[in-house]
Amino acid sequence: MSNAVSTLQGKVAAGEVTVREGGLRGMITLRGDLASSKLKSVCKSLTGFAIPDMGKAASKGDKGIAWMSPDELLVLVPQGETASALEKIAKAMKGQHYLAENVSDARTHIIVEGSFAREVIAKLAPVDLHPTALRPGDFRRSRLGQVAAAFWMTDADTFRVICFRSVGDYAFKLLSVSAAKGGEVGYF
Amino acid sequence: MSTRLASGGRLVNKNKAVSFTFNGKNLRGFEGDTLASALLANDQMLIGRSFKYHRPRGVVASGAEEPNGLVNLGEGAKFEPNQRVTTTELYEGLTAKSQNHWPSLEFDVGAINTHLSRFLPAGFYYKMFIHPRPLWKHVYEPIIRHSAGLGKAPKDRDEDTYEHYHASFDVVVVGGGIAGLAAALSAGQSGARVMLVEQTNDWGGRANVDTPTVDGKPAAEWINATLQVLENMENVTLRLRTQGSGVYDHGYVLAYERLTDHAPETEGPRHRLWRIRTKQIVTATGAIERPLSFAGNDIPGVLLAAAVRDYAVNFGVSIGDRTVVVTNNDDAYRTGITLKKAGLEVPAIIDARTNPQGELIDEARALGIRIEVGRGIAKVKGGKRVTSVEMCNQAGEGAVVEEIACDCVAMSGGWSPVVHLWSHCGGKLNWDDAQAMFRPDPERPPLGADGEGFVKTAGVANGHLFTAEVIADGFAAGRAVAKAAGHSAKIGQAPAGHDAHEGAISPVWLMPQGASHALRSKAWLDYQNDVKVSDVQLAAQEGYESVEHAKRYTTIGMATDQGKLSNINGLATLAKSLNADIPNVGTTTFRPPYTPISLSSIAGAAKGDLFQPIRKTPMSDWHTENGADYEPVGQWRRPYAYVRDGETVHDAVNREVVNTREKLGLLDASTLGKLVVKGPDAGKFLNMMYTNMMATLPIGKCRYGLMCSENGFLSDDGVVARIDEDTWLCHTTTGGAERIHAWMEDWLQCEWWDWKVYVANVTEQLAQVAVVGPNARKLLEKLGGMDVSKETLPFMQWADGKLGGFDARVYRISFSGELSYEIAVPASQGRAFWDALLAAGEEFGVMPYGTEALHIMRAEKGFIMIGDETDGTIIPQDLNLQWALSKKKEDYLGKRAQERSHMTDPNRWKLVGLETTDGSVIPDGAYAIAEGDNANGQRNTQGRVTSTYYSPTLKKGIAMGLVHNGPDRMGEVIEFYKVDGTTVAATIVDQVFYDKEGAKNNV
Repeated sequence: MSNAVSTLQGKVAAGEVTVREGGLRGMITLRGDLASSKLKSVCKSLTGFAIPDMGKAASKGDKGIAWMSPDELLVLVPQGETASALEKIAKAMKGQHYLAENVSDARTHIIVEGSFAREVIAKLAPVDLHPTALRPGDFRRSRLGQVAAAFWMTDADTFRVICFRSVGDYAFKLLSVSAAKGGEVGYF
Repeated sequence: MSTRLASGGRLVNKNKAVSFTFNGKNLRGFEGDTLASALLANDQMLIGRSFKYHRPRGVVASGAEEPNGLVNLGEGAKFEPNQRVTTTELYEGLTAKSQNHWPSLEFDVGAINTHLSRFLPAGFYYKMFIHPRPLWKHVYEPIIRHSAGLGKAPKDRDEDTYEHYHASFDVVVVGGGIAGLAAALSAGQSGARVMLVEQTNDWGGRANVDTPTVDGKPAAEWINATLQVLENMENVTLRLRTQGSGVYDHGYVLAYERLTDHAPETEGPRHRLWRIRTKQIVTATGAIERPLSFAGNDIPGVLLAAAVRDYAVNFGVSIGDRTVVVTNNDDAYRTGITLKKAGLEVPAIIDARTNPQGELIDEARALGIRIEVGRGIAKVKGGKRVTSVEMCNQAGEGAVVEEIACDCVAMSGGWSPVVHLWSHCGGKLNWDDAQAMFRPDPERPPLGADGEGFVKTAGVANGHLFTAEVIADGFAAGRAVAKAAGHSAKIGQAPAGHDAHEGAISPVWLMPQGASHALRSKAWLDYQNDVKVSDVQLAAQEGYESVEHAKRYTTIGMATDQGKLSNINGLATLAKSLNADIPNVGTTTFRPPYTPISLSSIAGAAKGDLFQPIRKTPMSDWHTENGADYEPVGQWRRPYAYVRDGETVHDAVNREVVNTREKLGLLDASTLGKLVVKGPDAGKFLNMMYTNMMATLPIGKCRYGLMCSENGFLSDDGVVARIDEDTWLCHTTTGGAERIHAWMEDWLQCEWWDWKVYVANVTEQLAQVAVVGPNARKLLEKLGGMDVSKETLPFMQWADGKLGGFDARVYRISFSGELSYEIAVPASQGRAFWDALLAAGEEFGVMPYGTEALHIMRAEKGFIMIGDETDGTIIPQDLNLQWALSKKKEDYLGKRAQERSHMTDPNRWKLVGLETTDGSVIPDGAYAIAEGDNANGQRNTQGRVTSTYYSPTLKKGIAMGLVHNGPDRMGEVIEFYKVDGTTVAATIVDQVFYDKEGAKNNV
């Protein structure tokens, strides 16, 4: 795997809010009938979590599931275990109508952490980021500036952001500019 | 002269002087001043020249409605034109320059225009466009270009930063006066998430100046106490220097926060544009005082009455020693009273009403102020400042009763509620005859998606001019919107307000009412665009009956202030000229933003590097480091060619083509769209999406496919690979990936929702490299790990495996005619794979090539390119692609359309190859000429070029084009127009120029 590098190779923009690339993660786009018991059980066995409700994500460490649409999930698995996870899904879903694709490399994964991380995201995403409206456990598919992105919180001051790999550089710069000194809004 | 008073000035800190310059002159003001108050404190009454007649102008207002006081502000990278002095807070080192004059503010040559005003009537531009024609182009236009215009355009790039901010609320209250504060209080107490914005740096609005009482105490005490309560409420957000700029559908509000305009050296963004979603909105935006229309009402020293007392109370600045107040209502008496109490002279209050009665009038009289009733101003005398007024009877034609010396005129024609934000999204207005104002009709608010109103208006903005009603209305509105937003916690009692009882206003639209033409020609309605009463009357006379037409004809209300002072007076003047009622004439449309906001705040972070996202492949850094000359393809940047030292781009392209044909080329094909289509109905689905048969494609094989719109036109193309029993992988063009993905989802979600098919866009998961040329196989064999021989991996097949240690899917496909493989690896391994190919390929003469070499090689082979040979009007049959239209299928998207008579017309231009007789390159897009001219006198045409290149392989120009009956005219020579008007001859030939038999790929 020494040939594999993430989009920004771990770039960091430090500050009161630090923006850093989170590196490669195992990600699978899984489409199917979310009510199917086979789908539920394979998700549970891969991640330890039940399928989350709309707008929610369940995650711990490298593993997790995010609700993407009424028939799509994002399954997070440890880096390097994507292929075996896909095999497990194929086995479990045999004969069912589903789609599972490795999208680990299609994404850039960025971590935004610090005192006004919420405000940094609110500058870029048309989402209600009020602490009563978005908490750890929530997941949003939205946009950052001019590109599609999704994000969720791992604690009160930390956001995980994913966007397409090709615009990773744009998203990183956009987040760093928004996190720059003097950028605190004083709203949250 | 205007000066600083010994007392007064609640907003300024007289212990802190601030230096600034105006037209290079060093001046001093105080912390807390606006640029307007600081200029006035220095007796700088003359601030600019008017737009059309270059009349001397000074400030007329004290707030956002100011039409005259515009300056060029700042220097270099902080320069900005048309900044209003009344809303510019003073800071140390501020530099301002006046606008629209030459050579100087004091002496302006353009002022001659005022004497030519007879020749610059309403509709001047329109009239001059028409007659006499040549005069416009050669005389008027150059002169007007030189003389018209306000500030200068900035020359340097703006060095400040700007940002957006998204926030969601239950309730947004616009306006921080007492109505807005009361609304925020009751909404906050009800439990709603509230934002209260105020455009100035001062809470409380006019109540600070006009000092009514609330709950028995001075208003200022209530304002401070209420602010404290609000600041302690977690669910309430307060923002000063933040203007509610626009109200849009679905509870969308734009608020414009000016963070560092008052302190330009502060770190952080200059402006922040709040993009707010809210359930309910309260507009507590107050009212704007109207000027009176009398001759000379634009001379510096003539101000709105409330502005005169604002300068005295807020900034401790007097406009003059002797102020004549002219009014049609009681409120303006407050100005006389304030000035008198400040020790200044008020020679007279000229009241147009015949029998005014009220507490304020009594108070003025008790102070010994002379009150002239039934009077008006015939004319203000003075040039660059007021020297006197000529008083007349309001009822007459302007015969002078008495000339009163003065240096300031404080005028009031009544108040117009600021209904802008109420009206942005469709809130309707009623004409209130008694108060002579348009006010919001609460029965006809802007409606949300549920058919219910989502905007309420409160206080003065709602037409309530008295404190008791204002504060009660604000409190009630806050409670009501909170309830509508789902919050109804118990709240306290509404505060009780009180102020002086006032008598009725008597509308005055012209002073004196029978003013002569000479007087009307000097009575300004719109200061900034120089529109006078006589102009609007002329427009009416010339048939401009609609207020919207009259607005455009006279340009009233079209300046940067959008007619905040002039609109109501203008339409009342129009109504009078038409003998119509004011409500029947109506208002013009109120559009956001309320005042101009910076374009940079709209751009936000989108400037410089972040102006637009640029999509990069895993190999982009290598391209940049190796001389890539980029071209945009969608949001990607693809290397057009890799230019080496001493080469032109054209040289590089030719080198890349020749090397690929003779040795080995590499192309970064990662940008090509890759869509996985999977499911039991995927084959059936793809049979509909493509014109070809895709369901029967055997596993392991590839097929070139065409996609058409339902109108039959070519939309996209690419190679489709069958991965397994129910999975296909569809390649799209680079620019087509997202569009085709959406197109597939559209059909699956909206039309064939019962088909079992899933689509995923995996474009970015894979880096893809085309390895092309006679040495291609040698390179892959050297990397090792997969059998890529002709026998194991023949043309149009694919295989998975490990290639040189990389997880690879190898497609044997060719867009160049050469032996060619496209290899996909996970994107994270893309750069390493590219490097490995370069290293291993060195001995085989490997050389990356760009998109132009790709284009030339495909053209040499006669392959079409979506976007070159197609333009949205081309069907596959035009390009002789009948072979790709399945006849076995019952249907595919576009099939029926292609059977329509126009599509089957034998006269449609068809694709052929073109070779110039002299070997030159035909200009791109050139038309083939035919005999004769068309009905428009243009030369008839019989075809056009779609692709044209210099072929370094064949060492001559080659082209493809669409030609009338082209395929039947092989060998015929036709002429194409060149850019210089001459023509070039080209022979119609087969579109395949190179390796017709396909020998190079058949290895």
